[in-house]
Amino acid sequence: MAARIIRKIVPSSRTGSAQYSSGVRKVTLIPGHGIGPEITVAVQKIFEAAKVPIAWDEVDVTAVRGPDGKFGIPQKAIDSVNANKIGLKGPLMTPVGKGYRSLNLALRKEFDLYANVRPCKSLEGIKTLYDNVDVVTIRENTEGEYSGIEHEIVDGVVQSIKLITEEASKRVAEFAFQFAKDNNRKKVTAVHKANIMRMSDGLFLRCCREMATKYSEIKFEERYLDTVCLNMVQDPSKFDVLVMPNLYGDIMSDMCSGLVGGLGLTPSGNIGKNGALFESVHGTAPDIAGKDLANPTALLLSAIMMLRHLQLNEHADRVQDACYQVLREGKSLTGDLGGTGTCSGYTNAIISKLN
Amino acid sequence: MMTILARNIFRALAQGSQHVGKGVHTSSLVNADKKVCKSSKRINTLQSVSKEGRIKCTLIPGDGVGPELVYSVQEVFKAADIPVDFETFFFSEVNPTLSAPLEDVVSSIARNKTCIKGILATPDFSHTGELQTLNMKLRNALDLYANVVHVKSLPNVKCRHQDVDCIIIREQTEGEYSALEHESVPGVVECLKIITAVKSQRIAKFAFDYAVKCGRKKVTVVHKANIMKLGDGLFLRSCEEIAKLYPRIQFENMIVDNCTMQMVANPKQFDVMVTPNLYGNIVDNLASGLVGGAGVVAGASYSAECAVFEQGARHVFAGAVGRNIANPIAMLRASANLLAHINLHSYSRMIKDAINKVLQDGKVRTKDLGGQSTTKDFTNAIIARLGA
Repeated sequence: MAARIIRKIVPSSRTGSAQYSSGVRKVTLIPGHGIGPEITVAVQKIFEAAKVPIAWDEVDVTAVRGPDGKFGIPQKAIDSVNANKIGLKGPLMTPVGKGYRSLNLALRKEFDLYANVRPCKSLEGIKTLYDNVDVVTIRENTEGEYSGIEHEIVDGVVQSIKLITEEASKRVAEFAFQFAKDNNRKKVTAVHKANIMRMSDGLFLRCCREMATKYSEIKFEERYLDTVCLNMVQDPSKFDVLVMPNLYGDIMSDMCSGLVGGLGLTPSGNIGKNGALFESVHGTAPDIAGKDLANPTALLLSAIMMLRHLQLNEHADRVQDACYQVLREGKSLTGDLGGTGTCSGYTNAIISKLN
Repeated sequence: MMTILARNIFRALAQGSQHVGKGVHTSSLVNADKKVCKSSKRINTLQSVSKEGRIKCTLIPGDGVGPELVYSVQEVFKAADIPVDFETFFFSEVNPTLSAPLEDVVSSIARNKTCIKGILATPDFSHTGELQTLNMKLRNALDLYANVVHVKSLPNVKCRHQDVDCIIIREQTEGEYSALEHESVPGVVECLKIITAVKSQRIAKFAFDYAVKCGRKKVTVVHKANIMKLGDGLFLRSCEEIAKLYPRIQFENMIVDNCTMQMVANPKQFDVMVTPNLYGNIVDNLASGLVGGAGVVAGASYSAECAVFEQGARHVFAGAVGRNIANPIAMLRASANLLAHINLHSYSRMIKDAINKVLQDGKVRTKDLGGQSTTKDFTNAIIARLGA
C-alpha cells in the first residue's frame, strides 16, 4: 500500500524518459518490500539531483504462480533485467513456509550472479569499535553449502550436500583477482577450511592458487576460516580482498558489516555472466515501513557501486562525497544511527551537499 | 524413538538431581549409544587413582607451540605440588612416524577419564587420501561430542570489547566434519554434511544442563535453517524440543551470519550458545578474538565418560615454535579447569588466581597481550604468585 502511494508521488515521467538520448543507461529497479520503496525513492531523488544519466525501469518481483504451478519471479522482471543487464534492488521479503524458494536465491540463479562483492569500509561519523576497516569480501554465490540439495535419509538423519565445482571456483577466483587489480588492491586472501574438507575446499583453494599465478602483481595468501575470524576481530587492517565459498562468504561479509556499523551501511553487488545486480542486504524492516524513518545509505552506496560498474566514476564520486559529508556532519542521521532524522530529511541533506 | 528419548531425559533429570556435584557431562543421556547408557558406570569415580592418592591424567603435547605450553603447565603443577601424574603421548598427524598409535591414546584417555591436549595440526592434504583428520578420529573414538568454550574478558587485558562472558557449546562429531566427500566427475566435488536428530538433541540437552549447572539465564541456538532447511532445520527443531523441558531458561535462535555480526558489535547479549560443528568453530574463534586471542581462552571437550581439556581456539601458532613467545594462559586455564573437574578445587582456584594476579600486575605479559615477556618468564611469574 505504502509502496503504491510512494510510487504515485514520484513522478512517473522519469521512468522511460530520455531513452533516445545517447549515454543514458537504462537500469532495472526493483524497489522491494517493506522499507524498500522509500529508500529507492531516496536514491532516485539523489540521482536526479546529481543529474546521473540513468533511466529507471521499475519492475515488481513479488512471486507469481507460473505456468508450471510453482511460484517464481514474474517474466516481466526477468525480461527487464535481461535487456538492461544491470539492476538495483531494495530488500525482498522471503516468504516463510515451505514450497517457496527465496526470491533472492531465485534472482541469483536466474541471472547467474556468481560473485557477491561487499566492500566494508569504516565511515567517518559512524562510531564503532573499529576504525581501520577496509576489506572487500567476495563470495561465490551459486553453489557450495547453498546448493539446496538436501534429503532425509532415514527419520532423523539429514544429509546436506555442499557442492564445489572447478568451473565456479575458478570463475569467482578470477573475478576476485581482476577486482583487486581494477581497484588497486594489494592482496587477495582465500578463506577456506581445506584442513577439514580436504576435497571440496581443497578444490576451491587449488583454483585460487592457479589464478594467483596469473596475477603476479597481487599478493596472494591462504587462511583458515577460523583464523580469519579470530584475526579479523583483533586487527581488520590485516586483510584486503577476501575470496571464499558461499557459506563462509555469507558469514564473513555480515561480520565485516558488523565491524563498520551494520547492514544499513554496507553496499553489495552481485556480478554475473548475464548482468549485475546491486542491492542493499538489510531486511525489509516492516515495523518502520512507510513511516519515513528508514536509512537509505546501504542502497545509496550500492547504487554508487553500480555507477562505478557502469564507469560513471565522476557521478559516483560526487554522490559519494555528498553522502560521506552528511554522515560526517551527523546532523540528519536516521534512528538506526542514533540520530533523530527522517529518510526524506537525510535525502535532502545529501542533495543540498551535491551543489 | 521419541519414547526412548523421553524416558532417557526423564531418567537423566531424576539422576541428575542425585549427583549434583559431579561433572556436567554425566547427565548427557540423550545419546542412544550403548556404551554411553550404562548407568552403573556413572556412579564410579571419574578418574583412576593410584596408591598414594595421586591422579593420573593423559597428556598430549600436540604440534606447534603445544609442547612449550604443556611444559609450562607441568612446571606450574610441579611448583604447586599438585597430585596429578601425567601419562604423556606424542600424538601428531603431521609427524606420523613418531606419533603414538590412536588406539593407545584412546585407551589411555578412556582409562584416565581426563586429558590435557595441545593443538594438533591438521594438514590440508593427506598423502594416503585420508579425509578424516586425527582430531576427528580421536573425537569419534572417544565420542567427545561436546566442545565447551567459556569466553570471558580477562582483567587488565586491553581489548576493544569489555565484559564479554559467554559459553559456546559446539557439537563436534558430525555436521560438516563428517569427512564424507567425493569427486563425482572431475572438477565436481560433493561434500556431505550430516545432521542427526539423536546427536542434535544430545548436544541441546548438554547445553541446557550446562546452563542450569552454571546458573545461566539464556541459551541461543545458532543455525542457518533459512537456507539449509532440512539439515539445520533438524538441529533447530531438536533444540526447540529440548528447550521445552527447561522452562526456566530463556531460549532463542539466531542465524549464524547475524550472530557473527551481533557478536562483533554487541557481544554482551550472548549467554550460552549451542551450535552445530562448523558454526561452533567460527563462533569460538570470533569470540576468542574479542577477548585477546587464541592464547587466553580455554576449552574442553566432553564425552559421557571423559573430558579433554585444551585451548578454546585451536591454532598451532607454527610461527612461534621454539621462540618462547607463546602465551600459556589458555593452557594454564584449561589445566585449572581440569583440576576443578577432578575435584581439586583449591588447586584450580590457586592457578586461576595466580593468572589473574599476574595479569592485574601487568608487568609480565607475552607478546600477544602487548608485552615483551617470554613464555618462561610468564610461567615463572605465575609460579611466584601461586598462593601468594
